[in-house]
Amino acid sequence: MTAFKVPILKVGDVLLVSIQADIDDRAVLELQQRVLEQIELTNARSVLIDISLLEMVDSFTGRMLSDIASMASIMDAATVVVGIQPAVAITLVELGLELKGVSTALDVDDGLRILKERMKEKRRKRTVGADEHATA
Amino acid sequence: MPQPEVSRIAIKGSEDIVRVRAAVREAAVQMGFSNVDQVRLVTAASELARNIHLYASGGLVELRRVHAGGRSGLRVDFEDAGPGIVDLELAMTDGYTTSRGMGKGLPGSRRLVDDFDIKSEVGKGTLVTIIKWLL
Repeated sequence: MTAFKVPILKVGDVLLVSIQADIDDRAVLELQQRVLEQIELTNARSVLIDISLLEMVDSFTGRMLSDIASMASIMDAATVVVGIQPAVAITLVELGLELKGVSTALDVDDGLRILKERMKEKRRKRTVGADEHATA
Repeated sequence: MPQPEVSRIAIKGSEDIVRVRAAVREAAVQMGFSNVDQVRLVTAASELARNIHLYASGGLVELRRVHAGGRSGLRVDFEDAGPGIVDLELAMTDGYTTSRGMGKGLPGSRRLVDDFDIKSEVGKGTLVTIIKWLL
Protein backbone atom coordinates (compact mmCIF):
# COMPACT_ATOMS: atom_id res chain seq x y z
CA MET A 1 0.00 0.00 0.00
CA THR A 2 1.39 3.44 -0.92
CA ALA A 3 1.94 5.69 2.05
CA PHE A 4 -0.83 8.27 2.11
CA LYS A 5 0.21 11.53 3.69
CA VAL A 6 -2.39 13.65 5.44
CA PRO A 7 -1.79 17.26 4.37
CA ILE A 8 -1.02 19.84 7.06
CA LEU A 9 -1.81 23.44 6.01
CA LYS A 10 -0.85 26.60 7.84
CA VAL A 11 -3.48 29.32 7.80
CA GLY A 12 -2.49 32.32 9.88
CA ASP A 13 -1.47 30.99 13.30
CA VAL A 14 -3.35 27.74 12.82
CA LEU A 15 -2.23 24.37 11.53
CA LEU A 16 -5.12 22.78 9.64
CA VAL A 17 -5.15 19.00 9.53
CA SER A 18 -7.93 17.31 7.61
CA ILE A 19 -7.95 13.53 7.77
CA GLN A 20 -9.73 12.64 4.53
CA ALA A 21 -9.31 8.88 4.39
CA ASP A 22 -9.00 5.84 6.60
CA ILE A 23 -5.29 5.63 7.40
CA ASP A 24 -3.35 2.79 8.99
CA ASP A 25 -1.69 2.91 12.41
CA ARG A 26 1.70 3.75 10.97
CA ALA A 27 0.28 6.74 9.10
CA VAL A 28 -1.49 7.81 12.30
CA LEU A 29 1.80 7.86 14.24
CA GLU A 30 3.55 9.58 11.37
CA LEU A 31 0.86 12.28 11.31
CA GLN A 32 1.27 12.86 15.04
CA GLN A 33 4.99 13.40 14.62
CA ARG A 34 4.58 15.70 11.61
CA VAL A 35 2.06 17.91 13.42
CA LEU A 36 4.54 18.45 16.26
CA GLU A 37 7.38 19.14 13.81
CA GLN A 38 5.20 21.67 11.99
CA ILE A 39 4.34 23.44 15.27
CA GLU A 40 8.05 23.96 15.84
CA LEU A 41 8.89 24.85 12.22
CA THR A 42 6.06 27.30 11.63
CA ASN A 43 5.52 28.66 15.15
CA ALA A 44 1.83 27.83 14.82
CA ARG A 45 -0.03 28.61 18.04
CA SER A 46 -2.91 26.28 17.43
CA VAL A 47 -3.91 23.06 15.70
CA LEU A 48 -7.29 22.28 14.19
CA ILE A 49 -7.94 18.65 13.30
CA ASP A 50 -10.94 18.01 11.07
CA ILE A 51 -12.19 14.43 11.32
CA SER A 52 -15.58 14.95 9.65
CA LEU A 53 -14.65 12.43 6.95
CA LEU A 54 -13.42 9.81 9.43
CA GLU A 55 -15.99 7.04 9.60
CA MET A 56 -14.66 5.62 12.84
CA VAL A 57 -12.38 6.53 15.70
CA ASP A 58 -11.04 3.50 17.54
CA SER A 59 -8.79 3.46 20.61
CA PHE A 60 -5.65 3.94 18.51
CA THR A 61 -6.93 7.02 16.67
CA GLY A 62 -8.49 8.31 19.91
CA ARG A 63 -5.16 8.00 21.65
CA MET A 64 -3.45 9.85 18.79
CA LEU A 65 -5.90 12.76 19.15
CA SER A 66 -5.35 12.92 22.94
CA ASP A 67 -1.59 12.67 22.50
CA ILE A 68 -1.43 15.43 19.88
CA ALA A 69 -3.48 17.69 22.16
CA SER A 70 -1.23 17.15 25.19
CA MET A 71 2.04 17.28 23.25
CA ALA A 72 0.96 20.43 21.40
CA SER A 73 -0.03 21.95 24.73
CA ILE A 74 3.48 21.33 26.07
CA MET A 75 4.69 23.22 23.00
CA ASP A 76 2.29 26.06 23.91
CA ALA A 77 -0.19 25.33 21.11
CA ALA A 78 -3.92 24.74 21.58
CA THR A 79 -5.69 21.89 19.79
CA VAL A 80 -9.30 21.53 18.77
CA VAL A 81 -10.86 18.51 17.04
CA VAL A 82 -13.84 19.27 14.80
CA GLY A 83 -16.49 17.40 12.84
CA ILE A 84 -16.98 14.24 14.91
CA GLN A 85 -19.92 12.41 13.31
CA PRO A 86 -22.79 11.55 15.70
CA ALA A 87 -22.36 7.79 15.15
CA VAL A 88 -18.65 8.15 15.89
CA ALA A 89 -19.39 10.06 19.11
CA ILE A 90 -21.84 7.35 20.24
CA THR A 91 -19.32 4.61 19.51
CA LEU A 92 -16.49 6.45 21.28
CA VAL A 93 -18.52 6.66 24.48
CA GLU A 94 -19.60 3.01 24.29
CA LEU A 95 -16.01 1.98 23.66
CA GLY A 96 -15.08 3.84 26.84
CA LEU A 97 -12.88 6.52 25.29
CA GLU A 98 -13.12 9.96 26.83
CA LEU A 99 -10.67 11.81 24.55
CA LYS A 100 -9.12 13.33 27.67
CA GLY A 101 -7.85 16.87 27.25
CA VAL A 102 -9.25 17.20 23.74
CA SER A 103 -11.36 20.25 22.95
CA THR A 104 -14.01 19.64 20.33
CA ALA A 105 -16.13 21.85 18.10
CA LEU A 106 -18.93 21.24 15.64
CA ASP A 107 -17.16 22.29 12.45
CA VAL A 108 -14.12 24.15 11.13
CA ASP A 109 -15.74 27.60 11.56
CA ASP A 110 -16.68 26.83 15.15
CA GLY A 111 -13.21 25.42 15.83
CA LEU A 112 -11.46 28.49 14.43
CA ARG A 113 -13.66 30.75 16.55
CA ILE A 114 -12.76 28.80 19.71
CA LEU A 115 -9.05 28.91 18.87
CA LYS A 116 -9.19 32.67 18.19
CA GLU A 117 -10.90 33.28 21.53
CA ARG A 118 -8.30 31.20 23.28
CA MET A 119 -5.46 33.18 21.67
CA LYS A 120 -7.10 36.44 22.72
CA GLU A 121 -7.44 35.20 26.28
CA LYS A 122 -3.81 34.13 26.32
CA ARG A 123 -2.60 37.51 25.03
CA ARG A 124 -4.73 39.31 27.59
CA LYS A 125 -3.23 37.23 30.41
CA ARG A 126 0.27 37.92 29.12
CA THR A 127 -0.33 41.65 28.95
CA VAL A 128 -1.75 41.66 32.49
CA GLY A 129 1.29 39.67 33.65
CA ALA A 130 3.66 42.14 31.96
CA ASP A 131 1.87 45.13 33.51
CA GLU A 132 2.15 43.63 36.97
CA HIS A 133 5.88 43.22 36.37
CA ALA A 134 6.20 46.85 35.34
CA THR A 135 4.46 48.16 38.44
CA ALA A 136 6.23 45.80 40.81
CA MET B 1 -28.93 -25.19 1.50
CA PRO B 2 -26.28 -23.00 -0.13
CA GLN B 3 -22.93 -22.76 1.60
CA PRO B 4 -22.71 -19.43 3.44
CA GLU B 5 -20.31 -17.05 1.78
CA VAL B 6 -17.20 -16.33 3.83
CA SER B 7 -14.70 -13.50 3.26
CA ARG B 8 -11.23 -13.98 4.67
CA ILE B 9 -8.57 -11.38 5.37
CA ALA B 10 -5.11 -12.33 6.56
CA ILE B 11 -3.57 -10.02 9.17
CA LYS B 12 0.12 -9.52 8.54
CA GLY B 13 0.64 -5.81 9.03
CA SER B 14 -1.13 -2.68 10.24
CA GLU B 15 -2.44 -1.98 6.71
CA ASP B 16 -4.49 -5.17 7.00
CA ILE B 17 -6.45 -3.59 9.87
CA VAL B 18 -7.58 -0.95 7.36
CA ARG B 19 -8.59 -3.75 4.99
CA VAL B 20 -10.67 -5.40 7.73
CA ARG B 21 -12.41 -2.09 8.48
CA ALA B 22 -13.29 -1.63 4.80
CA ALA B 23 -14.58 -5.20 4.43
CA VAL B 24 -16.71 -5.02 7.59
CA ARG B 25 -18.15 -1.66 6.56
CA GLU B 26 -19.01 -2.97 3.10
CA ALA B 27 -20.71 -6.07 4.50
CA ALA B 28 -22.61 -4.01 7.10
CA VAL B 29 -23.81 -1.55 4.46
CA GLN B 30 -24.91 -4.37 2.16
CA MET B 31 -26.86 -6.03 4.96
CA GLY B 32 -28.66 -2.81 5.76
CA PHE B 33 -27.28 -2.04 9.22
CA SER B 34 -27.99 1.47 10.51
CA ASN B 35 -25.20 4.01 10.34
CA VAL B 36 -24.49 3.75 14.09
CA ASP B 37 -24.39 -0.05 13.94
CA GLN B 38 -22.02 0.11 10.96
CA VAL B 39 -19.66 2.31 12.98
CA ARG B 40 -19.99 0.01 16.02
CA LEU B 41 -19.11 -3.03 13.92
CA VAL B 42 -16.22 -1.36 12.12
CA THR B 43 -14.79 -0.03 15.38
CA ALA B 44 -15.04 -3.37 17.18
CA ALA B 45 -13.44 -5.12 14.20
CA SER B 46 -10.64 -2.58 14.14
CA GLU B 47 -9.85 -3.16 17.82
CA LEU B 48 -9.87 -6.94 17.48
CA ALA B 49 -7.85 -7.01 14.26
CA ARG B 50 -5.29 -4.76 15.91
CA ASN B 51 -5.04 -7.18 18.84
CA ILE B 52 -4.00 -9.87 16.37
CA HIS B 53 -1.42 -7.51 14.87
CA LEU B 54 -0.09 -6.45 18.29
CA TYR B 55 -0.08 -9.68 20.24
CA ALA B 56 0.19 -12.48 17.70
CA SER B 57 2.50 -12.26 14.73
CA GLY B 58 -0.48 -12.62 12.46
CA GLY B 59 -3.83 -14.23 12.04
CA LEU B 60 -7.04 -14.47 10.11
CA VAL B 61 -10.30 -12.53 10.07
CA GLU B 62 -13.44 -14.15 8.64
CA LEU B 63 -16.74 -12.44 7.82
CA ARG B 64 -20.01 -14.23 7.22
CA ARG B 65 -23.75 -13.71 7.34
CA VAL B 66 -25.53 -15.80 9.95
CA HIS B 67 -29.20 -16.58 10.44
CA ALA B 68 -30.98 -17.64 13.63
CA GLY B 69 -34.49 -17.31 14.96
CA GLY B 70 -35.64 -15.47 11.85
CA ARG B 71 -32.93 -12.84 12.22
CA SER B 72 -29.86 -12.14 10.13
CA GLY B 73 -26.57 -11.03 11.54
CA LEU B 74 -22.99 -10.32 10.62
CA ARG B 75 -20.49 -12.57 12.30
CA VAL B 76 -16.77 -11.82 12.36
CA ASP B 77 -14.14 -14.25 13.67
CA PHE B 78 -10.65 -13.15 14.70
CA GLU B 79 -8.26 -16.06 14.95
CA ASP B 80 -4.59 -16.17 15.75
CA ALA B 81 -1.98 -18.71 16.76
CA GLY B 82 -0.31 -16.25 19.13
CA PRO B 83 0.71 -16.66 22.78
CA GLY B 84 -2.87 -16.81 24.05
CA ILE B 85 -4.31 -14.97 27.05
CA VAL B 86 -3.36 -16.21 30.52
CA ASP B 87 -6.12 -14.46 32.46
CA LEU B 88 -9.21 -13.90 30.31
CA GLU B 89 -11.15 -12.18 33.07
CA LEU B 90 -8.35 -9.67 33.58
CA ALA B 91 -8.02 -9.13 29.83
CA MET B 92 -11.73 -8.28 29.67
CA THR B 93 -11.30 -5.60 32.38
CA ASP B 94 -11.55 -1.97 31.30
CA GLY B 95 -8.19 -0.24 31.36
CA TYR B 96 -6.07 -3.36 31.68
CA THR B 97 -3.32 -3.50 29.07
CA THR B 98 -0.06 -5.31 28.50
CA SER B 99 0.94 -3.04 25.64
CA ARG B 100 1.00 0.73 25.31
CA GLY B 101 -2.69 0.60 24.44
CA MET B 102 -5.56 2.02 26.41
CA GLY B 103 -6.98 -1.27 27.59
CA LYS B 104 -10.26 -0.69 25.75
CA GLY B 105 -9.89 -3.23 22.95
CA LEU B 106 -11.59 -6.31 24.40
CA PRO B 107 -14.05 -4.83 26.93
CA GLY B 108 -14.87 -1.94 24.59
CA SER B 109 -15.57 -4.07 21.55
CA ARG B 110 -17.78 -6.37 23.64
CA ARG B 111 -19.98 -3.35 24.40
CA LEU B 112 -20.29 -2.52 20.69
CA VAL B 113 -21.74 -5.86 19.53
CA ASP B 114 -24.61 -8.18 20.49
CA ASP B 115 -22.72 -11.45 20.90
CA PHE B 116 -19.12 -11.67 21.99
CA ASP B 117 -17.24 -14.89 22.57
CA ILE B 118 -13.58 -15.40 23.36
CA LYS B 119 -11.63 -18.62 23.59
CA SER B 120 -7.95 -18.64 24.34
CA GLU B 121 -5.35 -21.25 25.12
CA VAL B 122 -1.90 -20.33 26.32
CA GLY B 123 0.69 -21.25 23.71
CA LYS B 124 -2.00 -22.11 21.16
CA GLY B 125 -3.84 -18.94 20.26
CA THR B 126 -7.01 -16.94 20.59
CA LEU B 127 -10.37 -16.91 18.81
CA VAL B 128 -12.74 -14.00 19.25
CA THR B 129 -16.20 -14.15 17.64
CA ILE B 130 -18.53 -11.19 17.42
CA ILE B 131 -22.06 -11.01 16.02
CA LYS B 132 -24.29 -8.03 15.44
CA TRP B 133 -27.93 -8.82 14.62
CA LEU B 134 -30.22 -6.88 12.36
CA LEU B 135 -33.33 -5.79 14.25
